[in-house]
Amino acid sequence: MIRLAAAGTALLLTLAGAVLAQTPKAGGVAQAPKAGGIAQVPKAGGIANAIIQPEPPGLMLGLLQNGPTQMVAGNIYEGLLRYSESLEPRPGLAESWEVGPDGRTYTFHLVRNATWHDGKPFTAEDVLFSVEFLKQTHPRARANMAKVASLTAPDPYTVVFTLSEPFGPFLGVFEVGSLPMIPKHLYAGTDYKTNPANTTPIGTGPFLFKEWKKGAYIRLVKNPAYHVAGRPYLDEIYWHVIPDAASRAVAFETGKVDILPGGSVENFDVPRLSQLKGACVTGKGWEFFGPHSWLWLNNRQGPTASKAFRQAVSYAIDRDFARDVIWNGLGKPAIGPISSSTRFFNPGLGRYAYDPAKAKALLKESGYKGETLRLLPVPYGETWQRWAEAVKQNLEDVGIRTEIVATDVAGWNQKTSDWDYDIAFTYLYQYGDPALGVARNYVSSQIAKGSPFNNVEGYANPAVDEAFAQAAAAVSPAERQALYDRAQTTLIEDAPVAWLLELQFPTITRCKVHDLVTTGIGVNDGFRDAWIER
Amino acid sequence: MARFLAARLGKGLLVLLAIVVLNFFLIRLAPGDPALVMAGEAGAGDEVYVAQLRERFGLDRPLPVQLGLYLGHVLTLDLGYSVRQQMPVGRLILDRLPATLLLTGTAFLISLGLGVALGALAARRAGRWSDAAITGLALLFYATPLFWVSLMAILVFSVRLDWLPAFGFETVGGGYEGLARAADIARHLVLPSLTLGLFFMAVYVRMTRASMLEVGSLDFVKTARAKGLPEGVVQRRHVLRNALLPVVTLAGLQAGTLVGGAILTETVFAWPGIGRLMYEALLQRDYTLLLGVFVVSSAMVLLLNLLTDLIYRVVDPRIEVRA
Repeated sequence: MIRLAAAGTALLLTLAGAVLAQTPKAGGVAQAPKAGGIAQVPKAGGIANAIIQPEPPGLMLGLLQNGPTQMVAGNIYEGLLRYSESLEPRPGLAESWEVGPDGRTYTFHLVRNATWHDGKPFTAEDVLFSVEFLKQTHPRARANMAKVASLTAPDPYTVVFTLSEPFGPFLGVFEVGSLPMIPKHLYAGTDYKTNPANTTPIGTGPFLFKEWKKGAYIRLVKNPAYHVAGRPYLDEIYWHVIPDAASRAVAFETGKVDILPGGSVENFDVPRLSQLKGACVTGKGWEFFGPHSWLWLNNRQGPTASKAFRQAVSYAIDRDFARDVIWNGLGKPAIGPISSSTRFFNPGLGRYAYDPAKAKALLKESGYKGETLRLLPVPYGETWQRWAEAVKQNLEDVGIRTEIVATDVAGWNQKTSDWDYDIAFTYLYQYGDPALGVARNYVSSQIAKGSPFNNVEGYANPAVDEAFAQAAAAVSPAERQALYDRAQTTLIEDAPVAWLLELQFPTITRCKVHDLVTTGIGVNDGFRDAWIER
Repeated sequence: MARFLAARLGKGLLVLLAIVVLNFFLIRLAPGDPALVMAGEAGAGDEVYVAQLRERFGLDRPLPVQLGLYLGHVLTLDLGYSVRQQMPVGRLILDRLPATLLLTGTAFLISLGLGVALGALAARRAGRWSDAAITGLALLFYATPLFWVSLMAILVFSVRLDWLPAFGFETVGGGYEGLARAADIARHLVLPSLTLGLFFMAVYVRMTRASMLEVGSLDFVKTARAKGLPEGVVQRRHVLRNALLPVVTLAGLQAGTLVGGAILTETVFAWPGIGRLMYEALLQRDYTLLLGVFVVSSAMVLLLNLLTDLIYRVVDPRIEVRA
């Protein structure tokens, strides 16, 4: 028996040794030359190999709005506008646009040479149809278009949106994920959800849908009739489906894929992969989404119903530690409800620095008696689990007792939608404007069971409701800024949630892939401008 | 024989029905439903959206009605439609079945073939160093977690040595045809089928060895030797054949996992098979798809159990088949 055990151990050690001994050479596999910095002339041709995680349920962007669908379908479909890193509107299917002086009429002039992938021309009729389509199927578009009183097409290449009242963020709702253009000739008069075209998506974008081997890969090919001359540069894109995070990292290491969009690998693999020879990393391309993370504190019941207790939680959390250790130095501490990349952020308003002493004092004031609170992490992989453990430690250091509740995605959605938690992690996109992505989490009209994307914490304050409502309808940016400052100040004082970090999901590529991220929407905006050095 | 088969198939159908009903209720005990999952993934969703989704999934009807509808479909061999994947469940499963059968079948053959051969060898050389080496190796593979073996195999053979592809069913965009394609798939098959097969191989080695040593000391073996048969024939025809029964039992059990039993291996090696389909359906609460996989894999288990019973008779004619 001893002999057997010894033989087994020896083999284990040899195997482990073989791995360890070679670890320093990890970079040897990568081969790309150094690039970057120097402006180079784009070259046409080549194949991009990217990771898509998880596999999307489908690619019809008008019916499905999840991240993976947007990432792949952002190449197939297009919106009227795109947005720069500073969220300035840029031409998309609309080449120019005007806003009326009353802030109620928006006129878009469409490009004249755009065609659908089946050859039919793209016209104003398609825009009118798309808005009607999306109002039925797309919850965000439904909210964004709620103030549209009329939509007309004076000629085949002009559309005019007339609003019932001014809506400040309106020019910011036309990117491909928020308002994708949908071919009228394929969908008009059909049952949208069972239309056969859903499995062979037809858009106007730079790449055509070619093939989907479920569980393995999605293949897109160049659209030779694309309306922007000379684009796209790439011949093909393969989106590889690899369900295991470690295997995805290996796929990049061994050169099988060249593009890891944000969130493709576990965060602890990011430093190792970015240090590979010929690997480039960027945190850009998330400005439009502005993923903002916080702890939902259940304002209705238990210790979290007390303002002093909630403030104590905010002071108890060490955000710098979380960023440096758990998120590998990526991201920024969130100082309030509005992300720094979103319009009307005010850097002067934050106040919750890490201060355990203050947290303890506030805790005492709140009358907390040591009840154990349920802490619900986001079930999106190891990083979030570690973060929950760190926050639990922070809270216990000041005397708040918690237990971590384990769930999967469906369970998490159920528990948060039913308000069945004490403290819950979450992160939400801000879509560039407080009226689109921030207000929904704090105004009392958004308190409704059954969705994890509204005012789940149950905060209700008429002053905040009013400030958000007025700001959305105000025309001048200065006026909006003043109103949002008011809302932010009150929210930071009341601490309905504990803001954590502005997240960054780094995109890792081989440096030979250029111009992949050129807008504030990043990889989700399609590979229109990307090219590969050969 | 015919009566035996008919009776067993009849029983099998009843068991299958019970499995469907039981699973139908079991998976609904898990929190959340497919509509919430899809709304969750969208990162936005109002009540209208979730209600629309529930209606599309047919979740707005009372549970008994849903069960009745489902059973009706299954009885007509229709596994339903996966609203999430926008495809009939039958087609989704059929698309994935070949990959899984190739993987688990290869692993099955490797483990059974190598296991019995190594076990027999170890039994013949009991007590010597080669026996110790074989049993030691078997113990190692038996005790090591599958995912660890997979990851180490990838690190050693793909990342460091670059001998074999680390994941996938074939080279994406390779454009291979015919024999070249078969060779390409075979290369992709090596690592996953080996890691999957090693555990059962270890079990077969230990079982064959123990069983052969036991049979080897019985009187009829002594008789065979006494009448002057060569040692090889004694081992093969008298010892091994009689020692195989427990191995067949175990092989029957392993065969039951041929469909849907390789979730971990399929995940680590990105193998597009049934196991992953089932696991993802579970996470997404895609009830129809999940039930479909359950139906197909339990039908498979029932059939293979029947087959095992028939093989017993071939291996040992003393056993009679009776319903």
